[in-house]
Amino acid sequence: MSAPLPRPAPFMPPRFNRHGVYAIYRFELARAVRTLIQSLVTPVITTSLYFIVFGSAIGARMQSVGGVPYGAFIVPGLMMLTLFTESIANASFGIFYPKFTGTIFELLSAPISPLETVLGYVGAAATKSVAIGAIILGTSSLFVPIHILHPVAMVALLLLTATAFSLFGFIVGIWAKGWEQIQIIPALIMTPLTFLGGAFYSIDMLPRPWRTLSLFNPVVYLINAFRWSFYGATDVGIGTSIAFTLGFLAACAAAVAWIFRTGYRLKN
Amino acid sequence: MPAAMQPAISIHRLVKRYDTGHVALHGIDLEIRPGEIFALLGPNGAGKSTLINIVCGIVTPTEGRVLAGGRDVVREYRAARALIGLVPQELATDNYESVWATVKFSRGLYGRSPNPRFLESLLDALSLADKRDARIMTLSGGMKRRVMIAKALAHEPQILFLDEPTAGVDVELRRDMWALVRRLRDQGVTIVLTTHYIEEAEQMADRIGVIDRGSLIVVEDKRALIDQLGERQLRLVLRRPLAAIPAGLADLGLQLRDRGDELVFTYDATRTIDVSALLRRLTELSIEISDMQTRQSSLEEIFVKLVGRRS
Ligand SMILES: Nc1ncnc2c1ncn2[C@@H]1O[C@H](COP(=O)(O)OP(=O)(O)O)[C@@H](O)[C@H]1O
Ligand SMILES: [Mg+2]
Repeated sequence: MSAPLPRPAPFMPPRFNRHGVYAIYRFELARAVRTLIQSLVTPVITTSLYFIVFGSAIGARMQSVGGVPYGAFIVPGLMMLTLFTESIANASFGIFYPKFTGTIFELLSAPISPLETVLGYVGAAATKSVAIGAIILGTSSLFVPIHILHPVAMVALLLLTATAFSLFGFIVGIWAKGWEQIQIIPALIMTPLTFLGGAFYSIDMLPRPWRTLSLFNPVVYLINAFRWSFYGATDVGIGTSIAFTLGFLAACAAAVAWIFRTGYRLKN
Repeated sequence: MPAAMQPAISIHRLVKRYDTGHVALHGIDLEIRPGEIFALLGPNGAGKSTLINIVCGIVTPTEGRVLAGGRDVVREYRAARALIGLVPQELATDNYESVWATVKFSRGLYGRSPNPRFLESLLDALSLADKRDARIMTLSGGMKRRVMIAKALAHEPQILFLDEPTAGVDVELRRDMWALVRRLRDQGVTIVLTTHYIEEAEQMADRIGVIDRGSLIVVEDKRALIDQLGERQLRLVLRRPLAAIPAGLADLGLQLRDRGDELVFTYDATRTIDVSALLRRLTELSIEISDMQTRQSSLEEIFVKLVGRRS
């Protein structure tokens, strides 16, 4: 160690730490780029499988749902299913990993606010899942003709859902004490709720008690709103669905605010 | 208060009670002067890391107040933390990242605009230049520690905390680390390091705080600490052994050691000695001296004495 040390120059941190947000965002996306092949190929293969199994094998024997061919009908549900799992997985991993390796100390000792931290992590996780959503849409269009009735609403719902579930994933990552817990929420809660939430069927196709029960499943409203942006048809009111999506976002935001105020599972 | 006189860090009545109920800090008061090397010395579990982690924002204080450069580390955390760099006790690195990416990340995280030239000279100074593009997992433990230091310095902090920088480090790296700390001080950086190695505090520090079971026992200039608390001993080797201390010397509190071969006189800053008067009295009693030595107690002995006094 012989080269001279550079002399530190003092500085006043700005009111908004944009360099900090960007550093986190870039760092998180860099991980996706390192595993680019996995990140891209996995959703393409999965989507193709769904179309081969549901679209062709089963879909050929199904009537159209509310005037929409079955293969096209499942596209919004498939996108939502992936959006949920990817958002939760990306955001929970993003914040759990530094807790696991101990590098979280740097985040806690940096002049960065909770809001800025969340912007970085949730922004990156949402970006990734929106990109994967787009890939699924692209792959689907190779199998079935797709038209989108309300494209602006579709993009807005995509962003909203990705953000809400990335926030939710961030909470899971902070709450988790081990890798199993990171996996348990998507596997034990999200996948069943999505499959039972009308991702691959209209809840109107269900017998009465099950249909009523489905109305207690929050995912029904999310998928419903998203499918409405494609085809216009809805199982439940579109207003209710959007209110539900916004409500979920607000609840997650409130939980994150509480986590940072109390330092829950972040600080002693 | 002029900026130069303002303490780098001031800590007022700081208490930490962990959720387990364990009280790790019992009302610490401490001021770190700008530009000094301060060593926080204490046995394992004394509360050194807790203290540092509260200043750096990793642990929340239960009571009390901490200012860095006059800014409250809780209420004005942005301004306070921008001044501070931390090398934590545990090596924690993102193994999949390159050295360059991780250092750049740290600088950005602290809100500073990119400055590749500064970062390059930093890596140079830490002998990391040729590892720039290496993944961290491929580095040795010593190199990883240097990366941790580079990360801590990436945003050009005025105050650097080093939590046990040389624990489990080989001799060579330890010397390097000490040299680095001195060079940082020469650049005007205030340094607070914790250690349970007395030698380290003795070698490095301008001032030393001794902490034990959550309380600061003493904070003192290193020299003054050794002078004040250090015992000095004058050992007189006798030509002919004595069976007992002669009655004529009883007032001096001498000890007879080594089967009567050695007379030992112990004194300290509060109790001085007139060596020539002592020697004259020995000559009067026909006690001949073949050799004499003085020795001063090390920080280690002082430390044992300080901590021992409390238990
Ligand atoms: N997260 C924690 N929860 C409960 N007790 C803790 C925690 N961290 C440290 N302690 C306790 O606080 C005391 C001080 O610990 P620490 O500050 O790490 O000491 P040092 O760094 O001097 O070795 C120890 O008794 C330790 O067991
Ligand atoms: Mg410690």
